This record gives sequence, structure tokens and C-alpha cells, in this order.
Amino acid sequence: MDATYDGNILAGPLAEVFTAEITTAVARCRNCGRSSAVAELAVYGPDPGLVARCPGCAEAMLRLVRAPDAIWLDLSGVIAIRLTPSTSG
Amino acid sequence: MARAAIPGRLSVRRAWRPAVLVDRWAETSSASTLVLEVDDWPGHLAGQHVDVQLTAEDGYQASRSYSLAAPADGDRIEITVQRLPRGEVSPFLVDELAPEAVLEVRGPLGGWFVWRAKDRGPVLLVAGGSGIVPLMAMIRARAGVSRAPFRLLYSVRTPQDRIYAAELHRRAEDDGGLDVAWVHTRTAPAGDPRPPGRLGADDLAGHGWPPDGDATCYVCGPTGFVEAASTLLLAAGHDPGRIRTERFGGA
Repeated sequence: MDATYDGNILAGPLAEVFTAEITTAVARCRNCGRSSAVAELAVYGPDPGLVARCPGCAEAMLRLVRAPDAIWLDLSGVIAIRLTPSTSG
Repeated sequence: MARAAIPGRLSVRRAWRPAVLVDRWAETSSASTLVLEVDDWPGHLAGQHVDVQLTAEDGYQASRSYSLAAPADGDRIEITVQRLPRGEVSPFLVDELAPEAVLEVRGPLGGWFVWRAKDRGPVLLVAGGSGIVPLMAMIRARAGVSRAPFRLLYSVRTPQDRIYAAELHRRAEDDGGLDVAWVHTRTAPAGDPRPPGRLGADDLAGHGWPPDGDATCYVCGPTGFVEAASTLLLAAGHDPGRIRTERFGGA
């Protein structure tokens, strides 16, 4: 199944979590080690939540579910994320 | 529940803010442009998007992302929405949302799929269907500000599906350094030497930039289109680091 979106769509939902711009951040896949800009991840959703998969090996790297009173962020498929610090506050 | 206040522009970007529908017009039989007014809009880059949130009377909420179609005009922003047949949000925005109605927006969002006027290199824009919207924002942002050479390859099913057709024809004449080429996948206009068919290597070779230059490629459309177009660009020898893609739902 083709992904319906890519990581560009994570910009808004993850702005609630990260102060730095997330779509240009580089995330490393725990499964295959590939580094990708978050914008390049294959994203499925938006309901019931967003699942972002590695464009190389298709393993789930990030899951994001928004409940009325909570944000669930599962980063178990990511080794590390490199973010450029926000300078705009 | 108390929330920590976050000062500065970041709070503007992440907060849901009221947006008033001040104008709307049809671009095609299934796509319309909506003009929204958002107090203290901070401006945005070409290619950025907003999240739009609707709340029903019973409290049910649905949000979707839409590309900004043009540079901001003060507090006024434009999005162009393609009505998806089984969509939950797009038919409402295109057909039902009443003038002066208030919805919520969050943004501007995204820093990856953007073009800045200070980027002087040649640009290839490859659009599939309503994937034209953020690319049109780049074309509009460029006009009168930048001389970066732009080439647009725009794939549509039939001539009736062309969004911004009149403006693109006008800009191809008036905006120096902008070339526009059309790819029709099902029905081509009378006299078009190109038979209907999907975007191919010949289209990119004939209307794109040579892969050994310093062109940046922006590709936007449905997932299948974006995958096919990026595969063609890579096969032609374009640097993967200079291909930026944005995919959205839909067939």
C-alpha cells in the first residue's frame, strides 16, 4: 500500500511537541540505519493516528496519536533525531 | 488545564487561530480557492502549508493540511482545495462553508518543501493534479522579485482539470524566465502534438533542466505520481539531494 502522505504533514502536529522545525530534521532508522529528512518519511493516516515509516526499509519509525487531553508519541523506530535549534523563540 | 506560555513567534505557529472565510471562487469543477483572513498573520514562505481544523456542533473535530497558494496579502491567505469524492473535510470547504464562517488554522508550517527568493538557481516544478498549489505559490512569489529560471511541468487528466490555467498561460507570456508545459494523461486538447499519457522521461528531457546543472526539483502530487516522477528524475541523473517532494492523499 502506498503511503498517503509524507513527513511534511508532521509539521503541524509535531510543532506541539518540538520547538525546532521538524520537517528538516534528520532522523535515523533503528531498523536499517538510514538517515532521512523527516519530510521524506512515508506517512500513513491521519486517522486514528499518524505512522511515519522509513523510506528505505518501510519500518515504522514514529507514531503520533492525538487524544483530547494527551499526545502519544512513539519514537521506538528512531535511533536519533538531529534538529536545528529554533532561533525565533 | 494550565499550559506553559511560550513567547514569540513559535506560539503563533503552533496555536490554532480563528480564520474567517472572506472569499471563494472555483478554479475547476472540483477545486476552489478559499481566501481566509487570520489576524496578525506572520507571513510565510512559498511552499509552506497550514493545518485547517473544523469543529462540529457536537464537538467532533477534523483537521487537514492545505498548501498556501500565494504570498500573503496582509492578513489574507489563500488555499486551493480539491474536492475528494469521499472526503470528510474537502467537500465541506469547497461546497458548504458559508461566507464569513470561522474555522481554525495553524501555521505557517513546514521548512522542507519551500522556495526562497534568495535561491537563484534554476528550478524545475513538477505538479500532478492539485499538487500544483504549492508550486503555484513559488511561481507567484517569484514574479517581480527573482530572475531564477523556472520550468513547470504540470500533469492533469484532461484540459478541464487544469487549476490556474488562465493565470499560468498569462505568466508564461509575461513572467520572464518562466516556461510552462502540460502533460495530459487521459485527454489532450485538440492539436496537442503530445498524445495523452503519463509523465515520462521524454517530458522531463524536453521540458526540464539537464541533470548535470544545479537545478532544484520540486515535485508535488498524489503519492503514485510523486514516486514515478522522482524515479524518472533520479534515473535521468538528478542529484537526490536536489529533489524535494511533497505527497498528499488521494488516488
